Formats: sequence, structure tokens, C-alpha cells
Amino acid sequence: MEALMSVLIGIFFVVAIYLMLSKHIIRILLGVAILGNAVNLLIFTTGRIVHAVPPIVPEGYDVPQEMTANPLPQALILTAIVISFSFFAFLLVLAFRAYQELETDDTDEMRVAEPENPPVPPLGY
Amino acid sequence: MAAASPHTLDLSKALVTQAPALADWLVIAPVVLCIVMGAALLIIRKRADIQAGIAIAGLVALVALDGALLVHVAETGPVTMTMGRWLPPFGISFTADLLGAMLALASSFAALACGINGIVDIDDSGKRYGFYPFLFLMMAGVSGSFLTGDIFNLYVWFEVLLISSFGLLVLGSERGQIDGATKYAFLNLVATTLFLIATAYLYGIFGTLNMADIVEKARTTPGAPLMTLASLYFLAFGMKAAAFPVNFWLPASYHTPRVVASALFAGVLTKVGVYALMRTLVMLLPAERAELSLLIGIVAVLTMAVGVFGALAQSDLRRLLGYLVISGIGVILSGVSLASREALAGAIVYMMHSMIVMTALYIASGIAARAAGRNLSIATLAGFYRSNPFLSALTLLLFFSVSGLPPFSGLWPKAMLVKASFDAGQGWLGAMVLLTGFLTMVAVVRVWALAYWRPHGEVADEQMPERTAPAFATCYLPLLLLTALTVGFGLFPDVLIRAAQTAAQGLLDPSAYIHSVFPMGGAR
Repeated sequence: MEALMSVLIGIFFVVAIYLMLSKHIIRILLGVAILGNAVNLLIFTTGRIVHAVPPIVPEGYDVPQEMTANPLPQALILTAIVISFSFFAFLLVLAFRAYQELETDDTDEMRVAEPENPPVPPLGY
Repeated sequence: MAAASPHTLDLSKALVTQAPALADWLVIAPVVLCIVMGAALLIIRKRADIQAGIAIAGLVALVALDGALLVHVAETGPVTMTMGRWLPPFGISFTADLLGAMLALASSFAALACGINGIVDIDDSGKRYGFYPFLFLMMAGVSGSFLTGDIFNLYVWFEVLLISSFGLLVLGSERGQIDGATKYAFLNLVATTLFLIATAYLYGIFGTLNMADIVEKARTTPGAPLMTLASLYFLAFGMKAAAFPVNFWLPASYHTPRVVASALFAGVLTKVGVYALMRTLVMLLPAERAELSLLIGIVAVLTMAVGVFGALAQSDLRRLLGYLVISGIGVILSGVSLASREALAGAIVYMMHSMIVMTALYIASGIAARAAGRNLSIATLAGFYRSNPFLSALTLLLFFSVSGLPPFSGLWPKAMLVKASFDAGQGWLGAMVLLTGFLTMVAVVRVWALAYWRPHGEVADEQMPERTAPAFATCYLPLLLLTALTVGFGLFPDVLIRAAQTAAQGLLDPSAYIHSVFPMGGAR
């Protein structure tokens, strides 16, 4: 199961990196969203994947008697999902505003902050 | 199970049973103060008249709390407080050691100066859109990062400071800001995602997130793929710190927001990245850091070179300062590469110095830009000295300090790093630190000679419509505070250097740190 999951996670990473290498903000945005999900799945897999075993300690024992999934990574994912969701919302609005203000979503043409031909400094004192 | 009497349960096996000492609350106090102030200021964000006063009182309190924490930590060693009273490693621990407390104090000074200068630099609409709440929430993230003892918690604080910095960056929504913010936001988000990936692997390997626990398990887990972890952390935090070759978001964005926001970012944010790098590589994974040492050294040299040559190529003062931030990161990384006690102490002192001086330089450039009524560029400005002699003199002091000339604070850490590099037989690192210092001096003195001192050319003329003479309390006071700190550290470096040496020792031998988290010698 973990092996299958790691293949799936690998595909997620490949797709995310391919999209993030694009020049267009909207594709980078999709890449970032998929990257977040790839990481969430990665954390999920680190917590062991077992089929429907409740993590309950039987009476008289100190530890669960069967292999159970570790619940802590799931709590970590929950945190990471909330964070990446809020970031995605911010980035979505930022990308839209950038498209409105700069009238492009091509990162090569976004040269307002770093103009291509800055003023030439004086050549002598 | 509910039938079992609660009296038979031995709570001390799962919970911290004693209430923490009053002084130990200082560990969490800076974060609590920042979050409470951020929330309160958010409520009154429409009241531009009273907001600034309350915010500055809060920042003074933050400086006081961080100062008290530093004194407490210096007296008793690392202090730990565990949330929810769950025994570590199960509860999230806040552990303040000397390194964290020193950096928290320096960052609170930078925030105070920015808060005061923000009164004039941020217009009313910027204040209504939440400059001060963002400032406090960002400081909550920064203080949390410096003080937490849990690596996933560190990730959460990184995100807190990142999202607040987005808010500060786009305050005003000008075209340049949107452009800069887009690059800053995407690349920083990728960096924190890399950090999260590394942390996921780390949990998969060790099954713990508590830093003190990780130190012990990293020593005792044979065959674990720790090199992967170390490389991922190096890439993630190198990106946050703006190390070459993943530094390009910084010069693209740091000159776009309001000057005060740039000052805060330049002073504080990149240093949080370097701090996290020190914490993970030097303290958690020392053997892997030793193997990466040459790579870190090469990255450090290239970062210094990119920073300082970038600075030489700029004619706009704020863009030049962005490149100086990068070259400073290279200097600090050279200390991480050597990782002897002296080298780390030098890197720590340099971090404190850079926090104060870079913040001061940005604030000075903002005041000067307002006084001249335009951007400070050597292509258009000349003779600024004539109309503002005092500000020009202060700027010159800061320029000397950032280049590392005596008697300012930039001298000592560079001297320590150069000595440490020659002691370790890695003279090329020390030589590059010296060359960077020299080229930095050329870059900043070029600005001063052309824009401030040059008698002819287009003078900072009186008919510029938006000229505002700097007021003492809001402009010179924060600048003087920071300048006094850099001159003071330069003249009396003893206390700082000794504290930095103790902090470096604490990183190299974290037994006091571990003992503070596990006073019984381990919870296992």
C-alpha cells in the first residue's frame, strides 16, 4: 500500500513541478496547489497505512495489539491543509490582481518592479 | 475504564504536574503579547488616531519581555515550557536558549524602530488596512520561530510570519508592489513547502517532532537517511534566507513595499531563515552538516559575491540595500559552513548586527526619500548633504557599519569569522568575507559620494512637491536608537561576543537544551 502511495505521490510531485516551471501565473498557481496536496499525502503515508483498524488499546494492555495507523500525521495534515488553503486563497487573489494591474500573467513581462532599462548612473563625479 | 478511580492514576507519567515558575512564563510571553496586540489592533484598525500609540506601547512591552527573557536565559540556561502540560515529546515545547532569546531581542528592537517610523511612513489608509496588526502578527511568527522547541511548530510560525508579511508587502496595492509580491509569495511558499516535506520525512524517520528528542534520536538511529533530511532543510532554509542560487525573490520584491515594511523584512525575515538553518543543521544534524560543509561554504561564497556585485550594479539605494542583505546572508553562511565555536559565534553576532543595521539603513533611506521628495537614486539625486546634513552624517555612520569598519558593530563578527576560517585552514572563506567587506564599502561609499556629497548636478531641489522635513520623534528617534545600538556594540562588544560564544556552544553541545526539555533525563 505504501509503495502504491509513493508512486502516486511521485506523480503528484512531477505534475506540480511541471506546472510550476511554466511562465504563466495561473499554471504556477495550479502547480502550487498540487504540490501542497502531494506533501499532504506524503505526511499521510509516513503515519503508516492500514485498513480500518481502530487505534484502541484493549483493556489490560499498554499498547494497541494490532498495527494501527499513527493519528498524529493526520493532525499535522489537518494543520497543513488549513494553511495551504489560506495561502492558495491569498495567491489566487494576488494573481488576479496582478493580472488586472499588470495586464499579463506571463512572468517574463512582469517587469514593473525591476525595469529592463533602469536609469544610467553618472559616469563621473 | 471510567469506573477506575482517578486517584489511582499516576499523572506524573503523562503530565507536567508542577505549575511552571513565574519567570518561565517569559518563554511564551512575547508570542502571547504579539497575538493579543495583533487581535486588539485589528479591532480598532479604523481608529488611525489611537492605533499608533497603543502599538508602540505594545512594542516597548515586547522589547522589555524579550530583554527579561534574555536575562533569565542567560542566568539559568535554556528554559522550557510545554503546552497543555503533556510531558515532552508529546506536548509542544517552547524552549528558549541563548541564541533564540538574543535574536528575539534584536528583532524586537527592529520592530520597535519600524513601529515608530511607521507613524509617518504609512499613510492613514495603510493604517486602516492593518499595518500595525500585520506588524504584530509577523512579530508573533518571528518570536515563535525563535523560541519554539518543536519542528512542526516552527513550520507553523513560519507560515504565520509569511502570511503577515504578504499583508505588509501589498499594503497600498501599487503596481510595483503587486509585481514584487507575486514573486515573493510564490517562491516563499515553495520554500516553506520544502520545509514541510523535510519535516514529514523527519517524522517518518524518528517518530518525534521535539527538537531535543530529535537530537538524541539522530545520534542513536543507525542507517537513517539523514543526508536527505539535511539537504532538504538546507535547500528550504537557504531559499528562505535568500542564499544563492535561490535568492532571486529578494531583490525582486524588497524594494517594492513601504520602506518600513522593507526595513522589517530586511532586518528580521531572512535572519529567521538562517536561524532555522543553524538550528536544524548545526544542532539537529551535526554529522550531516559536516559532510555538507564544503557545499555550504561554496554557497556562502557565491551568495556573498552575488550580493555585493549586485549592490555595485544598482543605482537605486533601496535596491542596493536588498543586495546587501543577500551578501550579509553569505557572511553568516560562512560561519555555518565552518561551525566551530568561534565561527558560529561570529555568525550569531553578525546576525544581530545585520538585523539592527539593515533595518536602520532602510529607515534612513525612507526618511531621505521623503525629505528629497523622490526615490533615492544616484542617477537623479545629488547634493543631499546640503539640505540634510544630520541625516547624511547618520547614513554615513550606518554605511561604515555595514561595510565593517571600526568602531561599529560590523567589524567584530567579520574579524571573528576571518580568524575562525584561517584557524580551520579554510582561508578562502575568510578572504571572501574580507573582499565582500571591501566591495560593500565601495558600493555604499559610491552612493554617498554621488547622491549625498556631489556638489553639482540636479540638487535635491526645493520645488519638489512632496518634500516633508523629517520630524524628530518619528524619524530620527528610531534611527538614533538603532545607530546607538550599532555604535554601542562596536565600542563595547565584550558582552555580546561572550553571549554569542555561549549560544554557539549551546548549539554545538545541546546537552543543556536537552536537559531543559527532559529534566528527568528522558521521558522514554
